[in-house]
Amino acid sequence: MPDLKKKQNNLDRNQEFRRSRRGITKFLDNNRRALSVFIVFIILMLLFIIKNPKIFLNREIYEAIFRSLPIRIVLALPLVFVIVSKEIDLSFVSNMTFSLWIFAATVKAGWDPFLCMLLAILAGALIGLINGMLVVRIGLQSIMATIGMKFLLTGLVAGGSNIMPIPLTFLVDTPFYNTFAGKIGNFPVQMIWAVVALVIAMLLFNYHKFGSDISCVGDNLESSREMGINVSTVKTLAFVYVGIACGFAGVLSGLTYLSFYPKPGSPDELMLAVLASVFIGGTPTTGGVGTIFGAFIGACTIRFVETGIIEAGLTGFWTQFFEGLIILLALTSHKFHKSR
Amino acid sequence: MKNKFLELKNISKSFGKVSALERVNFYIKGEPEIVGLIGDNGAGKSTLIKIISGIHTPDCGEIYINGKRMENWSVVKSRASGVETVYQDRALAMQQTLARNIFMGRELTSIFGFVKSKLQFAEADRLMRTIGFTSKVFASDSAVVNLSGGERQGVAIARALYFKANLMILDEPTTALSLTEAQKIFDFIRQARKGGSSCIFITHNIYHAYDVSDRCVVLDRGKIVMETDREHTTVEQLVKDMQKIAQNNGKVREGINNARS
Ligand SMILES: Nc1ncnc2c1ncn2[C@@H]1O[C@H](COP(=O)(O)OP(=O)(O)O)[C@@H](O)[C@H]1O
Ligand SMILES: [Mg+2]
Repeated sequence: MPDLKKKQNNLDRNQEFRRSRRGITKFLDNNRRALSVFIVFIILMLLFIIKNPKIFLNREIYEAIFRSLPIRIVLALPLVFVIVSKEIDLSFVSNMTFSLWIFAATVKAGWDPFLCMLLAILAGALIGLINGMLVVRIGLQSIMATIGMKFLLTGLVAGGSNIMPIPLTFLVDTPFYNTFAGKIGNFPVQMIWAVVALVIAMLLFNYHKFGSDISCVGDNLESSREMGINVSTVKTLAFVYVGIACGFAGVLSGLTYLSFYPKPGSPDELMLAVLASVFIGGTPTTGGVGTIFGAFIGACTIRFVETGIIEAGLTGFWTQFFEGLIILLALTSHKFHKSR
Repeated sequence: MKNKFLELKNISKSFGKVSALERVNFYIKGEPEIVGLIGDNGAGKSTLIKIISGIHTPDCGEIYINGKRMENWSVVKSRASGVETVYQDRALAMQQTLARNIFMGRELTSIFGFVKSKLQFAEADRLMRTIGFTSKVFASDSAVVNLSGGERQGVAIARALYFKANLMILDEPTTALSLTEAQKIFDFIRQARKGGSSCIFITHNIYHAYDVSDRCVVLDRGKIVMETDREHTTVEQLVKDMQKIAQNNGKVREGINNARS
C-alpha cells in the first residue's frame, strides 16, 4: 500500500515537473528560429567588437544604426502577417516613398505636421487596401499585383514630384520632430517607436484573434473558410496593416534624412533587405507560421552586418557579399531546425 | 410528434457532366437519432453532406430546418442552425495548436478581440478528455501535425461537442482509425445522442454503420436506394441487401455495355 502511494507521489511530481518545464521549453520551442538568429547576431557582434573595439564599443555607431534601423523594423513587422497568410507585398517601399511624398508636400504647404502624418498614414493604408482588394476581390496573385503597384507608385511619385527634392530641415527641433526623431540623452527616439511597433505587432500576432485567424488562413485556406473565418477580410487587413506601417515609416524616414527625395534604384535594396529580415528571422513563405520577434532580430542582424563589414575595413563593394552569406547561413540553419 | 430537424427535398447536384446526386430526399428526425449513411466510393455521400453544411449549393431542391424552408443556404446559416461537420478531405490547420483548431473562427475572446488562450487550452484539454483521448503525449498546445489520426479526428469532434451541435456530421471518421480509436468515436456518438445531438455517420463499412446507427440510409450512384430502421433488420440482412444493390449495379452496367456494342 505505501508503495502505491509513493508511486502516486512520484507520478504527481513528474507531472508537475513536466508542467513547470513546459513553460520554458515551450518558449524555446516557439521561438527556436528567432533565437537561433539571435545567437548568430550576438556572435557577430562579439566578432565585430573583437575586430574593431574602438568603433564597436563607441556609442556613436549605435546612434547611427538606431536612427535608420527603426524604419526597417516598422516595415518588416507587418510583413510577417502578410507572409504568414501566404501572400506577399513587394510594393511596400514604393508605398513608403509615396506616403513620405504626401507628408512632405503637405507639411511644406504649412499644414500641421501631426495632421500631415495622419494623412501619410491614411495614404499608405489606402494603398494597402487597394492591394488587398486586387488580391481578394479580383483574385490577382499578390506577387504580381504588388509588383504592378510598386511600379505604379514609383512612377506616380516621380512624375508627380518631378523628382524635385523637398527639404524638411525646417522641422528640426519642432515638438513634432522631437516626438518622432528627437533624442533622449543620446538615444534616438525612433528606436523607441520601433519597440512600440514591435509590442503592437507581437500582441496582435500572438494574443489577438487577428493573429490566430491569419495563421489559420495561411495554414489551411479552405478549412478556415469553412470554419467561418472571413478569409478576404483577414487578408485585406494584413495588407492595410502593411500600408499603415508604410505611412509611419515614410514619416520616420523623412525626419531621419530630413528630406523627401525619390531616389531611383536604392529602394529595391531596402525592399530586399527588409524581406530578408523577415525570412532570416524564421518566417517561411509556406504560410501558417511566422515570428514577429524573429523579424525584429533579423532586421537588427542585417543592419549591424552592413555596418560591421564596412567598419571591419572591407570596402563597400563587399557588404552585399557578406550580407548574402549571412542570409544563406541563417536560412540553412532554419532548414536543419525544421528537419529535426 | 416534433417537426423534423432537417429535411432535404428533391436535391440534385451535378459537377459538369457528373451527376453526383439525383432527386434525393433525406431527413433527420426532431428527436436525437444516429443515421448511418452508407454507399460505395463515389456514391455521393460527401456531396450530400456538403450540401447540408452549405459548402455546395444544390442545383435544385429545397432545404427545411424545423419545418421552415431555408433560402440562400450557406455555411454560416448551417452553423447557426447547429450543424457541425467533420470533413473527410478537409484537413485541419496542421501547424496550429490543437486548441486553436478547435476554436478556429470562433475564438474565445475578451473585449478588443484578444484571445483567452489559457481558457482555450483548458477547454481543449477538457474536451479531448471527455471524448476519451487521455494520451499523455499530446497537450492542447501541441501542433496538430504531431497528433495521431484518431486524435486529429478528436479535434474535429471536440468542435462539435463544444459548440453543442444539434446535428453532427462525421464523414468517414473511422476509415483511418484503429479498432480501439473507432470504438471511442462510437461511444462518443452514443453519448452525444443522450446529450441531445443527432448524428449523420458516413462509412462504407456496413458493420460499423449497423453497430452505431438507429437508421441506415444507402446511397448508390447519386440516389437513395434503401432506408431501414435498425430494429427492422439484422446485420446479415443488411449485408445481403447491399450485395443485391451491388449486383443490380452490375446488371445496369452490363445493360449499358450491351446497348453500346
Ligand atoms: N468538387 C467536385 N468536382 C467535380 N466532381 C466532384 C466533386 N465532388 C464530387 N465529385 C464527383 O461526384 C461524385 C460523388 O462524389 P462524393 O460525394 O465525394 O462520393 P463519396 O463521398 O460517396 O465517395 C463522384 O463521381 C465525384 O467524382
Ligand atoms: Mg466521401
